[in-house]
Amino acid sequence: MELSYFAIIIGAIFVNNVVLAQFLGICPFLGVSSKVETSLGMGAAVTFVMAIASVVAWLIQTYVLVPLDIVYMQTIVFILVIAALVQMVEIILKKVSPSLYQALGIFLPLITTNCAVLGVAILMIQKEFNLLQSVTYSVATALGFALALVLFAGIRERLDFEDVPKAFKGVPIALITAGILAMAFMGFSGLV
Amino acid sequence: MNKLKIILSGIVKNNPTFVLVLGMCPTLGTTTSAENGMGMGLATMAVLILSNLVISLVKNIIPDKVRIPAFIVIIASFVTIIQMLMQAFVPALYASLGVFIPLIVVNCIILGRAEAFASKNNAFDSMLDGIGIGLGFTLSLTVIGAVREVLGSGAIFGYSFGIADYMPLIFVLAPGAFLVLGYLMVLFNKLAKK
Repeated sequence: MELSYFAIIIGAIFVNNVVLAQFLGICPFLGVSSKVETSLGMGAAVTFVMAIASVVAWLIQTYVLVPLDIVYMQTIVFILVIAALVQMVEIILKKVSPSLYQALGIFLPLITTNCAVLGVAILMIQKEFNLLQSVTYSVATALGFALALVLFAGIRERLDFEDVPKAFKGVPIALITAGILAMAFMGFSGLV
Repeated sequence: MNKLKIILSGIVKNNPTFVLVLGMCPTLGTTTSAENGMGMGLATMAVLILSNLVISLVKNIIPDKVRIPAFIVIIASFVTIIQMLMQAFVPALYASLGVFIPLIVVNCIILGRAEAFASKNNAFDSMLDGIGIGLGFTLSLTVIGAVREVLGSGAIFGYSFGIADYMPLIFVLAPGAFLVLGYLMVLFNKLAKK
């Protein structure tokens, strides 16, 4: 697949934004995006895990699943790898960099159930990327996730002070806001 | 516990989409038409019933400490089975649902029910709970899909009204998913409060 790295990056951050165009990682998007600071933390944690997960998933797919002809085991293997990886990252961070662990702390365990991580691992295999392209794609996707999360958090912080009708309070108004944000992101389509 | 009550609570009181707000990714991502929404709902329901059944059967064998990874392996196995069956028998639907089929594994509804219901109740009740929650999910997805299909492409379950050119395409695109779900949730809140 001949795709320039620049096209992969722009495509993953803006055109096919993981949250607003592909609907992956909606749970954390709605759940932890009420403050800009926490969304930055979540964004950083996801970027970190997604980058490592994509490398490991790519290596497993290329050197274990394909040679052994057990590609149908992909879903089971990938989810276990991601779950184990999140645990491992947590343990290593705790030892090596307690300050970073403090900052990412609560978000790390949540990432296992973030479907964006598994989704990206499956998508990059489907797109037949090589290792470097896969890493580029996953980091760019994670940055797109962080961007959407921070933008959305900024809007929600303002939304708290508005007089929202009772039936709209909470998730519904958040979804409608996300819809308008998604509309804005549609302006990027056709860019790559 | 009343058997019928278990099923009904999954559809209305514990509706996974409108009340529990779980499994949002497939809810938004696959409801471009009523048929796709229903297909996704049924696939999730099948996994949910089977995983609830098996988990409630093996709950006493699995040590408490490793129960979450064990649940995930059970769920992932059933997802793989459903994935292969769909690929073989409904390839068109499988293609249009795409990455969301393997992603049933990380659907919080399934692990949530395993943890909250199947690991505490007997096999039969767990299966009923799977049917109830699954029906609630399927129903919600079908409704969202139908609304989006009617508004966006002037059709329902693929039967076109011949007015597709005059309908706002935005409803089948990404922003429409958020907007339709948001407004349906408002409607559900309004009706449920009364």
